[in-house]
Amino acid sequence: MNGPAKSLAVVGLLALLISLPYVAPLFGIYIGLVTRIIILGLGAVALNFLIGFTGVVSFGHAAFFGLGAYGTAMVLKYFVPSTPLAIILGVLLGTLTAVLVGALIQQLRGIYFAVVTIAFGQIFYYIAMQWHTVTGGDDGLTNWSGSPIGIGSMKLHIFNDEVALYYFVLVIFIISVAIISLLLKSPFGRILLAIRENELRSSFLGVSVNRYIWVSFVISGLFMSVAGSLYALLNNFADPHTLHWTMSGDFVMMIILGGIRSLWGPLLGALLFVGLQDVISSYTEHWMFVIGIIFMIIVLYFPRGILGSLSLRLKK
Amino acid sequence: MNELLLLSALNGLVIGSFYALMALGLSLIINLTKVINFAHGGFLAVSAYLAYSMSPYVGFWGALLIAPILTAVVGLMIESVAIRPLYGRDPLYSLLLTFGLAYVLQDAAQFIWGAQSLPFRIPQWLAAPVSNSYFFVTGYRVLMIVVMVVAVGILFSTLYHTRLGIRIRAGTLDLDMVAASGVNIRILRNLNFGIGVYLAGVAGVLAAGVIGLQPAMGESIIMPSFVAIIVGGIGSLIGTVIGGLLIGVAAGIVGMFFPSAAELVIYLMMVIVLLFRPRGLFGQKEILL
Repeated sequence: MNGPAKSLAVVGLLALLISLPYVAPLFGIYIGLVTRIIILGLGAVALNFLIGFTGVVSFGHAAFFGLGAYGTAMVLKYFVPSTPLAIILGVLLGTLTAVLVGALIQQLRGIYFAVVTIAFGQIFYYIAMQWHTVTGGDDGLTNWSGSPIGIGSMKLHIFNDEVALYYFVLVIFIISVAIISLLLKSPFGRILLAIRENELRSSFLGVSVNRYIWVSFVISGLFMSVAGSLYALLNNFADPHTLHWTMSGDFVMMIILGGIRSLWGPLLGALLFVGLQDVISSYTEHWMFVIGIIFMIIVLYFPRGILGSLSLRLKK
Repeated sequence: MNELLLLSALNGLVIGSFYALMALGLSLIINLTKVINFAHGGFLAVSAYLAYSMSPYVGFWGALLIAPILTAVVGLMIESVAIRPLYGRDPLYSLLLTFGLAYVLQDAAQFIWGAQSLPFRIPQWLAAPVSNSYFFVTGYRVLMIVVMVVAVGILFSTLYHTRLGIRIRAGTLDLDMVAASGVNIRILRNLNFGIGVYLAGVAGVLAAGVIGLQPAMGESIIMPSFVAIIVGGIGSLIGTVIGGLLIGVAAGIVGMFFPSAAELVIYLMMVIVLLFRPRGLFGQKEILL
């Protein structure tokens, strides 16, 4: 797709997203499910900034997702009931952790980078499970609530109005994806693509590759924690599973499902992932088995994902 | 006090043996094929459950002998069907494939043997202490360390003194060159994967005697095994063994005094190693990239 067609597609998608709270119930789809898809989609888009557009595989990004969730929940439960402050602090927690982890691993590459991110991700899961008094351990953090969010004179009651929460999530999603898209089009983003295509040549051109990978890791972690923070608000619950390595794997799978080379693909991937999980678990309790098999088939036969395979078809 | 320290160190050595066995298998596979096998914990569980099912007929020793071999055969088949097509592609894909496989294995175990945890019987005399003055030195703990030492011994003598082992070691340095010298690398990678899975299988049967059987039993061992590889240094098998024992002992000693920090100390060691020696204790620089 080129210029006008592409912008038409984006406008169409936006129109669809805006009308969804009124359209989805007609098909019997619960709006909370749509909100969940958009939040996970944001996480997948954020992770794809690193994997798809920088060419660095992290398999531990659930850490930042979960830290965003726990940060937000902990602020609301223990400190102040101000929702905007809780989101900001949750994102800050996730992002600062990404800065520290990124600093430690920026010089690693390839599978070594992946192995280390796996292990790092597990640290926070472990802490959340063990530090019962603060994190609630296995049960997670429940029984908290926040203030409505004020925009001018309007108040968004996101804790008891699902549609309000949906639009709040949607606005944050659009802003985040717009920022990511602008970043990718900027000279900074072009350098990331150059690193993905050929790291050696980029370093010959004077690019300090490690530094760029670090910054890309942090940006990706930042938007991941935004998604995590929203996820906690949606469920009214900070869940230790959001920190688990299977969560990291699920995010990577969403990217592959949707298409690794596309900005919007991961959103489609999240839609497919949540849809599959929802449908399969309504038929059998062994959804892990079925979804595992589907993962394997996709990896073996559709490595470019659904969007990727489609656009390849269209080009032919 | 001394006795307590000895007990915790021994405990740590036992845990470390698990980590080392698991990590050795993971390491073998990573070194030769650049595949990070997420399903390693799944294979561990499969082997443990197979041992559970066959032990009424063949006894504990028979199960310890046969279950890992059967698991390795499963591994050989899966490698040739699902993993082989992904060699040469971005490592991301094999990572995801084994991730899906981990889901499948865990759920399959749950489907066949149920979600509730099952006890695994070990011979009576193994559960008894070896000597009266050190009541905590049970035969089973000694057995685990012995099995680890024997397995590592056999593995290293295979790697250094047989044709297969020499080819595997050569392949970790330059697989194309090995292929060009007329070695069938399809078979080489297949066997290498099988050996790795076999080691996970041995660890699985032994683990079943300590922690019992659960579909997700591999999960608690696979993460520390990754850490063992990182601490020891990717590319070095000796490093992996030492890394596994090191973090095991550290976890054992710290766990004695602060039980909830037992696993945290493992990750702390990883951070320290990454800070001061990013390639790991025994990692070679050229294998990093």
